[in-house]
Amino acid sequence: MTQETTMPLWKQDGAKPFIQIKNVTKKFGEFTAVDNVSLDIYENELFCLLGGSGSGKSTLLRILAGFEELTTGQVLIDGVDMANIEPWNRPINMMFQSYALFPHMSVAKNIAFGLKRDKVPKKEIEERVAEMLTMMQIEAFADRKPDQLSGGQRQRVALARSLIKRPKLLLLDEPLGALDKKLREETQFELVNIQDKLGVTFVVVTHDQEEAMTLATRIGVMGNGVITQVDEPRDVYEYPSSRFVAEFIGSINLFEGRIYEDEVEHVKIKSKEADCNFYVNHGISCAPNQKVTVAIRPEKMKVSRRKPEQEYNCLHGQIIDIAYMGNLSIFRIKLKSGIIVRVTLPNLVRENRNPLTWDDFVYLSWDYDSSVVLTS
Amino acid sequence: MSKVTGTFWLGRYDTVKTRFSSLKKIRWGRYSVISIPSLWLALFFFIPFLVVFKISLAESAIAVPPYTDMFGWNVDDAIIDIKIKLGNYLYLFEDTFYLDAYLSSVKIAAVSTFFTLIIGFPMAYYIASKTGSMRTLLLTLVILPFWTSFLLRVYAWMGFLKKNGIVNEFLQGIGIIDQPIQMLQTDFAVYIGIVYTYLPFMILPLYTTLEKLDGSLIEAAKDLGAGPIRTFFLITLPMSMPGILAGCLLVFIPAVGEFVIPALLGASDTLMIGRVLWDEFFQNRDWPMASAVATMMLLILVVPIMFLRNGKKEGTE
Repeated sequence: MTQETTMPLWKQDGAKPFIQIKNVTKKFGEFTAVDNVSLDIYENELFCLLGGSGSGKSTLLRILAGFEELTTGQVLIDGVDMANIEPWNRPINMMFQSYALFPHMSVAKNIAFGLKRDKVPKKEIEERVAEMLTMMQIEAFADRKPDQLSGGQRQRVALARSLIKRPKLLLLDEPLGALDKKLREETQFELVNIQDKLGVTFVVVTHDQEEAMTLATRIGVMGNGVITQVDEPRDVYEYPSSRFVAEFIGSINLFEGRIYEDEVEHVKIKSKEADCNFYVNHGISCAPNQKVTVAIRPEKMKVSRRKPEQEYNCLHGQIIDIAYMGNLSIFRIKLKSGIIVRVTLPNLVRENRNPLTWDDFVYLSWDYDSSVVLTS
Repeated sequence: MSKVTGTFWLGRYDTVKTRFSSLKKIRWGRYSVISIPSLWLALFFFIPFLVVFKISLAESAIAVPPYTDMFGWNVDDAIIDIKIKLGNYLYLFEDTFYLDAYLSSVKIAAVSTFFTLIIGFPMAYYIASKTGSMRTLLLTLVILPFWTSFLLRVYAWMGFLKKNGIVNEFLQGIGIIDQPIQMLQTDFAVYIGIVYTYLPFMILPLYTTLEKLDGSLIEAAKDLGAGPIRTFFLITLPMSMPGILAGCLLVFIPAVGEFVIPALLGASDTLMIGRVLWDEFFQNRDWPMASAVATMMLLILVVPIMFLRNGKKEGTE
């Protein structure tokens, strides 16, 4: 991707954000859907708002589209305050979760709808619709009605219709939610390609962390109306800022403990839940003896039958469950304290002559830089 | 011997039956569901209609019943006389009175239907936009008038519209008019009566379609640059066409044959086919002529229904 060659906008000092969300709050009666959210999104980004249902991510998207009025706060797009700009006057288009294709119009008419409203000359409309049909590979269905299309075809029509006005910003509400797994994977990459080709800023709402990881330049993790972390996908996964993010994205093992040695370049943590002490090679700012959580991803652990020669980060337990997934296997290992640890191992060989099996006692270990300390 | 054959055939029948049983079961299930309303329509609509049609081909006579038999039985020569008089129908076209009555009925019904639509649509839209108990309350209010007799409600309108009625007194009271306006016994009163009476029949089917209307379609249209008015005409209106058609039919059809409202609220010269029918039956005691008028009215109604039904089919395809 292009972002890797030059420094991305969000890392540059003084770069002007394309979308500025400033202290936005949206209340529905007593319920606060979006709670004092501030967020900057830059040009050409493919930004994913990731969260569970009721996290406020869809409300935030609808605020951008202009379908929800703000309770307090301000939204600027390209420097323009959106407060009194109606949805039909915004330089934004949206792809709806249900696709919202007009059932009484053909595919071609659906796609042309936006251009007709802008009084674009008829000839140009025809050309641009044809171009869009080709790009989305749906030329064959131009005269069909939406209910004569499959889910994947409908998704393409919806995308074509929302892109035809060449908006500065495209909002996508669960764009791949209605597709089956295989089609979803294909479409994910296609979506990234289209975004790259057209240079439109995308804001995608999704509850699917895998989707967010594949698509996004940056992910904003939302929960209870608050954005808890905004980072690039890798950072969200490797350096979650809180328990909530760590647990929401991927699976993770968490141990509660207390810091007993706090140095600049490392911390040592004691936990009742583990039979060893933890050593994490990054310092954290915290009070002495503070309660913290040590988080370690399942794939970052090594499994051995013999005790590894390391003082820290070494657990002992018994295998209670194995799930063979094909490319990898998931082990559930019970520690003496009763805590169950989840470990994944890649299946590197077809036949393992001495495979780990149920009731085996094993040691789990990991490097000092593999785990993360969470203070919230 | 016969017993053996009987079982043999029964056996054969059974195999045939099992072979097609899955098919038969479904079909019979469907037929039995449809059969009850079909039987109802046959007994109380189709057969009576045939009777009316038969009477329309007879001659008026001073007898009980007051028309001649279609079939005569000549005992001596064993001849069946079949007498069919087409004169009643010819007379319908000869005397412009009937044609005028038909046209006037259709006109009054069409204008009334138009106004119920204009008034009913915003009401239905408003109800559909509400949720929960507010919606239930509004729907109840729409249906509430049915709890009072239709005749009483029309009489109530007489009280409103008459010379010293509430409307005139009010208008005089606030000084808009000096003299009471003649409202009762005018076409205006008939329109008010029909629109008022049939409004729920327009609102309810409209409400049903508008309630099902996917809100994201409206939002999508706005998102693509259509303002509220355009969105209404491009999305809401075409999407609510099934409800509009159903509502219009439910109002137009009974309005064409309406008798009570023009009789009570209309002028003596307010021509409506329902009144002509009444007069033919009860004043002139010309049953064949009245039957011919009724048959023609049915034909006039069937044509627009077929037309609308075809339109509906095309719309959904």
